[in-house]
Formats: sequence, structure tokens, C-alpha cells
Amino acid sequence: MREIPVDEVADIVRRLCIEANHELRGDQVDALRRARSREESPIGKEVLDRLLANAEVSARERIAFCQDTGYAVCFLEIGQDVHFTGGSLAAALDRGVAEGYRDGYLRASLVRSPVDRTNTGDNTPAMVHYDLVPGADVRLTLLVKGAGCDNMSALRMLTPAAGVEGMKRFVVETIEAAGPSASPPVTVGIGMGGTFDRAAVLAKKALTREPTGSPSPDPRLAELEAELVDAIDATGIGPAGFGGTVTTLAVHVEAYPTHIAAFPVAINLDCHSHRVRTVTL
Amino acid sequence: MTDADGAGVGATPTSDARRSPTSISLPLAADTVRELRSGDSVLLSGPLVTGRDAAHARFAAAIEAGEDLPFDPAGETLYFVGPTPARPGHAIGAAGPTTASRMDAWSPLLVERGLRAMIGKGRRSDAVKVAMREHGCVYLGAIEGTAALLSQCVTSSEVIAYSDLGAEAVHRLEVRDFPALVVNDLHDGDLYVDGPARWRRASS
Repeated sequence: MREIPVDEVADIVRRLCIEANHELRGDQVDALRRARSREESPIGKEVLDRLLANAEVSARERIAFCQDTGYAVCFLEIGQDVHFTGGSLAAALDRGVAEGYRDGYLRASLVRSPVDRTNTGDNTPAMVHYDLVPGADVRLTLLVKGAGCDNMSALRMLTPAAGVEGMKRFVVETIEAAGPSASPPVTVGIGMGGTFDRAAVLAKKALTREPTGSPSPDPRLAELEAELVDAIDATGIGPAGFGGTVTTLAVHVEAYPTHIAAFPVAINLDCHSHRVRTVTL
Repeated sequence: MTDADGAGVGATPTSDARRSPTSISLPLAADTVRELRSGDSVLLSGPLVTGRDAAHARFAAAIEAGEDLPFDPAGETLYFVGPTPARPGHAIGAAGPTTASRMDAWSPLLVERGLRAMIGKGRRSDAVKVAMREHGCVYLGAIEGTAALLSQCVTSSEVIAYSDLGAEAVHRLEVRDFPALVVNDLHDGDLYVDGPARWRRASS
């Protein structure tokens, strides 16, 4: 049994919240640079140049690169031989978020509930997903998720007859409906299979794949990802939605066993300010 | 990829002449608003006000109750933004645009009262576009995700209403060379329609 004090987890979450909001990760800067080299529209190029300049200024000035400092989404893969000590793990995650958002000059963006829209004041609660895995490690991924693009996400229970073609149409339809509101070029996380709820979590987790734009290890899914990049870019929506040849930075597809009657598809969009950090404890 | 779009071709965003930014003083003059064309790049300098979801709900409630708004919309420029907290010594924190469509239900109320420009991101409803054309208001797109850069264009910031709303409070900002693109002009131009239409292609 390995013991991990929850205070250690809180400190890590605090640090990750600040880092993720102030510094665009290297592979994401690379994804923007690749987009810049592929973009043909003059306005699109200008938008991408400004995004790259923005990332430099935010890192230098220690200021958030987007004012929507989002939901703090935590994925925790916890080795079953780990014992957390010193208090509640959930409370420690919230403490890390609250301290990170305070110390990093990040915006508190959460309200108590959809009907009681009083700000919680410290960007808590963290949105946490726990998985128990073999071993004694803990893998913690923080995804800072803006609402503009989360709002444009979608889930549909397709039929097996709709198939992969139906799924591709649904993706393009979702991107078209989102247009400029999802802040393209977007990263697209797609969860296929499982149940209604499982597909949604898979889609969100798909966004955290590192490095951004790396293909699925499953060759069929990798091929599908490449086809979807082409179909999404063909919409012409372009950077910031002003028109252009690059509408997506990456498409990550994850699949899971599902029912003989089912083809759930969840599409979670992330804006070009794609903020992810992963550490292993 | 150039002039095949009929109305407003002079404003094609691929035209270099149009793309060199025009410096514009706020408050916007009515003449200036008429001259703006979808796709124009502008640099704004002067005062503007901020407001987003919660503030708009209060504007609407004030109008319904026959009370004064915290600012006179006539001639004003309204920026949809909820900034991050300012570091000590800075006028403002990160300050990029939020999605404008969430304000669509309320915007006509302000446009009818003389609002001259809105700055945000994302498409507007038909009702908002009709009101803007009728009353002489333009919609400008700031580039979301450039919040750190845009914060450097803000030289001062003060809360003028609804301080209890925190980041959603209504602020008076002074900006210098704040970059934006004209999305909806007074001549039916819509960069979010015309731009993607130019670059759309068949999927391979």
C-alpha cells in the first residue's frame, strides 16, 4: 500500500491550474504553427499569428491567455494500491483549484446551479472523473474547459444502421452549427460507444490525448480521424470563423464496447486555447 | 476566391487594401458606422462599456421597470467580456470576447436605444441583425483566445454598475488600438457567412 497525502494532490492541482492557464503547452503551440502553415486565407493567417503572439504574451506576463479560465476538469486514474491520507481527496482537489485560481489571477466562472446563478467565488467544484486502475501510481490530468466551446458540443444516440457515415455527418453538422462560437480551429474529442453517459466522458477524455493531433493507436480510428479533419476543414469556417482552410487543430476519436442496438456518439469541442496538463504521482 | 460574391465586394476580406487596419475613435460617429464594411480591420481607441449575460438580464429588467440604465446606450460601444482579475499595477486581466449570441435576446433593446457598436464573437440572430441595420449599429468581432494581447490595449477600467456581479459587472474601459474586424455592417455584409463561403470546398 502506497500512501499519498492529499495535500500533495492539492499542491499539484494548484500548480497545474496556473500553468495550464498561463502557458500554452508546447505541442499545442506546434499545432497552431502547423495550422498557420496550412492556412491560406489572409484573415485566417492573421488570426493564427495573433493566437501565437497571445501565447507568448500570456506566458511572459503570467496572465491567462483566455479570460474564460473555464471549468477545472480532473481525470484521476488511481492505482488500487494507493491510500490517500490526511483528509478528503475531493476536498483537496477543490482546494487546489481554489488556490490556483486565486493565486494565478484566474476568473471564477462557476455558479451554484443553473437556477441559482450565484458565483461560487473560487471556481469550485472541480469536475472530477475517477478511474481505478491496477498498480500504485496516480495519473492526474487537468483539462481547463471553456464554456463557449462546451456549449456547442453534442451527443446523439445513433442507430447501428446510421453507421460511420451517419457519425461523420453528425460531426460536420455539429461543427457547422458551432461555427465561430466554438472558437475555431477547434480540437474535437469524440466518444463512440458505451452508454449515453460513457460516450460523453470518453469524448471529454479524448480531448486530453497527448500530443495533440497524434493519431489513435487503432488504425481504423486513425483513418477516421484523418477523414474527419478533412471534412471539418472543408466547411471553410476557418480561424475564428472568419473563413479559411483550417477549422480543426486535431480530431481525437475514442471507442468503447456498446450494445447491439446502439451507436452513441458524443462530440466535445475545445477552442484553440486548448489547456491540458498531465502528471503522474 | 475573390470578387464573386455580389454585394459588398469592395469589402472582400482577401483584399489587401481593405485589410490594412483603419484607426477609429470612440465614441463612433454615425458617418463612420455607415462607411464600415464587413471584413474591414479596425483599431479602436476611446471609451467603451462592458456587459455580458447577467448584466444584460439587469438591463432588460431596468428597461421593463422604466428605470434608467447604468449608461446611456446612445452612441455607445458595448463589449461582451468578463475579464480575469487584474494583477496589481495592471488596468485589467485577460479580456477577450465572449459568445455574443447569448446576448441576442436582449441586444435589440439596446440597439433601439441608439447603441452604435457591439464587440463579441460568434453569429448574431436575424432579429439582432435587422435591429442593427434599422438603427445604425454594427457588430464587430474581436479574436477570442487573444485575451492577453487585448488586455494590453486597455489603458483603464472602472466598474460603473452591478459590482456584485464580479467579472460580470459593467465596466467603463478606455482602449487604445483595440483590434477588431467588422462582421455585420449596415449593408447586409456578414463576415461569418461570406468568409466561410469563400473557402468552403467539397470534402475529399
